[in-house]
Amino acid sequence: MNTTKDLGRPEAGAVAQGPDAEHFLRPAVDILEDEGGITLYADMPGVPRDGLDVVVEGDTLSIEGRADFRLPEGMQALYADVRSTRYQRSFSLSRELEGDKIAATLKDGVLSLRIPKREEHKPRKIDVRVD
Amino acid sequence: MLRSMNHWNGGLFDEFRRLEREIDQVFGAGGWPSGIRSVTRGTYPPINIGSTPEQVDVYVLAAGLDPKSIDVTIQQNLLTVAGERKLEREEGANYYRRERFEGAFRRVLSLPDDVDPARVEANYRDGVLHITVKRRESARPRQITVN
Repeated sequence: MNTTKDLGRPEAGAVAQGPDAEHFLRPAVDILEDEGGITLYADMPGVPRDGLDVVVEGDTLSIEGRADFRLPEGMQALYADVRSTRYQRSFSLSRELEGDKIAATLKDGVLSLRIPKREEHKPRKIDVRVD
Repeated sequence: MLRSMNHWNGGLFDEFRRLEREIDQVFGAGGWPSGIRSVTRGTYPPINIGSTPEQVDVYVLAAGLDPKSIDVTIQQNLLTVAGERKLEREEGANYYRRERFEGAFRRVLSLPDDVDPARVEANYRDGVLHITVKRRESARPRQITVN
């Protein structure tokens, strides 16, 4: 029985296969709608442009990011609020949204997505005639 | 090299979780004393701190800030990070979710005693404020040659 566990740095290779290897952070989002479509903002600090994946598959929009904190070699942990470097969150889109026309930008760790509505679903102002 | 860094990146963060679990097992959840300046989980902005023999690295995860609005001060080993996050709100739009933090924030961190407050650097990149505080020379481990 091994009760005295090594609290130091985990062995190389052990991390990727660990039970928590797929632990994801859930990015905080703001979602709003106007006449032209839906805008989504997601906070993903630490994610560079090449670490970001925005995928639409069927009616599911998935956002994934891998943060790169550029840690110096041999660093020991003193304190941590954040215990993963991977972000993941997904949303289901409704039919009136054009999933294949999503525009994405990433600036200072904030992802902005614009999901336009199909033309025929944009609200039309109906004139009310008064006779 | 890049791959090994990424790997190590994840490794450090995994290590925290494992440590926490083991502490919970040994002391029972809640039995571990909290730091006097520790905050509730979920407080904005999240912070990680790591150390090497040369320096202490503080990572403040604060996306979408104007770097000029961030105020970093150090007094002895007490580091304060303050600022304000302003979000553009669209008038007339219908909001379904508003999870992102907005407003003023301030966090005070107690660093190891041997940090040198005269040698602090701060960089803001990809939404992460990275503060490096060097340790004093005398406190570093020194290799002594045996003749």
